[in-house]
Amino acid sequence: MSARSGIDWLPHAILLAGVAIVAFPIYVTLVASTLSVSDIVNAPMPLIPGGHGLDSYREALFAGSSLRTSGALVSRMLLNSLVMALVIATGKIAISILSAYAVVFFRFPLRMVFFWMIFVTLMLPVEVRIVPTYKVVASLGMVDTFAGLTIPLIASATATLLFRQFFLTIPDEMVEAAQIDGAGPLRFFWDTVLPLSRTNIAALFVILFIYGWNQYLWPLLITNSASMMTIVIGIKTLLGGGDAQTEWNLVMATTVLAMLPPIAVVVLMQRWFVKGLVESEK
Amino acid sequence: MQRRVVFRGKLLPYLLLAPQLAVTLMFFFWPAGQAIWQSLHREDPFGLSSRFVGIDNFTAVLADPSYLHSLGVTAAFSVAVTVLAAAPSLLLAVMADRVLRGATLYKTVLLAPYAVAPAVAGVLWLFLFNPGIGIVAYGLRWLGIDWNYLLDGTQALALVVIAAAWKQISYNFLFFLAGLQSIPKSLLEAASIDGAGESRRFWTIVLPLLSPTAFFLLVVDIVYAFFDTFGIVHAVTAGGPAKATEILVYKVFYDGVVALDLGGSAAQSVILMVIVIALTAVQFRFVERRVHYG
Repeated sequence: MSARSGIDWLPHAILLAGVAIVAFPIYVTLVASTLSVSDIVNAPMPLIPGGHGLDSYREALFAGSSLRTSGALVSRMLLNSLVMALVIATGKIAISILSAYAVVFFRFPLRMVFFWMIFVTLMLPVEVRIVPTYKVVASLGMVDTFAGLTIPLIASATATLLFRQFFLTIPDEMVEAAQIDGAGPLRFFWDTVLPLSRTNIAALFVILFIYGWNQYLWPLLITNSASMMTIVIGIKTLLGGGDAQTEWNLVMATTVLAMLPPIAVVVLMQRWFVKGLVESEK
Repeated sequence: MQRRVVFRGKLLPYLLLAPQLAVTLMFFFWPAGQAIWQSLHREDPFGLSSRFVGIDNFTAVLADPSYLHSLGVTAAFSVAVTVLAAAPSLLLAVMADRVLRGATLYKTVLLAPYAVAPAVAGVLWLFLFNPGIGIVAYGLRWLGIDWNYLLDGTQALALVVIAAAWKQISYNFLFFLAGLQSIPKSLLEAASIDGAGESRRFWTIVLPLLSPTAFFLLVVDIVYAFFDTFGIVHAVTAGGPAKATEILVYKVFYDGVVALDLGGSAAQSVILMVIVIALTAVQFRFVERRVHYG
């Protein structure tokens, strides 16, 4: 490489500009959540945080009746989103690790047929089969329930593929050793495979938690009652027409609350997040 | 790839597969089959009976000017999102690959948009560009631009493109950076010794070695723009004004759920499935190639 003296400033300047642009919408939202409505609607709004933050967050979280959300509290929406994200993430991981274990560690008729059946679900996102999937869920009586909200989303080819890939790297000697020790397949799964899969599970969990938390179209279809509303849908409802009557300070406080959990997961578990994102695309 | 040593068991593997297969059959294959069946039939207005109409639904959809319009919007949208997500990400990744200090900090901020839900990303940008109160809209008016995305279709499309591209920068940045870091430093050093300058090294070594990553991201970005941006469009413009931002997934939703045109919506679903299958096939063919590039 060419000889350099001191720090090369150009990359830092470009990166700082990029970071500023990328972070700008999040920053403005944070600031707006601390301002009063009149500060926000008298354009241009200040770009320095104001003193109304506590009020906005308290009102958004616990005083839902004044909002246009047919009585839903933001605290309730957060809880619904949390349940949805956790059930989807753990459900996907659980059923995927089991099916990948079956496909890799056993030989049985129709093994590859089943594997391909799981594989092709990659090609059928909810968005392309909206109406018929809704009808199936409706005929099972699962509309407006957590089961209807989560179970249709927990089949995951991505997680199955990732676990399969990883299981194929477990040395045959370990399986042989377990068999010599008299361990059956379930014992081997529990004592060896599961502990070895910890990092993969963590990486997948981060990706799938975000996937679950950020669902939009499916909750939009499947939930009707205010008590089942998720936070992402709630923002849209709060927003109304986005006109002058919108209580922007509350919308912004709710938006911050909706972003906080997934951003925290990405920042705090960055190593697993990057691993999950890169590995799940292989 | 196969394992040499496996467990014996007749029933157990089926039991282990059962939960995933049950969900897959019930919520993937059954609805997909329904969509295909429905796309070949037409229901009477009361939903009491339906008759086989062959490919009539498809010819009707493909001859419908509003569908062709939506197809055009989707094409413009996905190209714009792909370019706007990939180009700045490549620049930032090249820069992040060069800096020694602070790289983690830059990376942390640049990864944040990935965590934001599409609909929420839409709200963030809507707030900046709201004609009445948005701070960026204020700046645009100050510059003499007549900004009102609620009335101007091109501006509305620009707004959803910006929100969608912003969200996808994280992903592109991460993969470009990983691609850059996997380029052997010895190659660059050798070129440097031969007298190749910085920009020459970039164009003749870095960029060609990065092309598998770029191609991979191209497919991922198109799939993202096609299917993962429903929330942005629904929250920001609801397809408007005058259907200027009505991308295909939004149209499937609108025709099937709001306008209740089941046959037409099912035919659109099937067309979308074909598009996803084609894109996924391209992606997987490419992934095999990527392995050889290392």
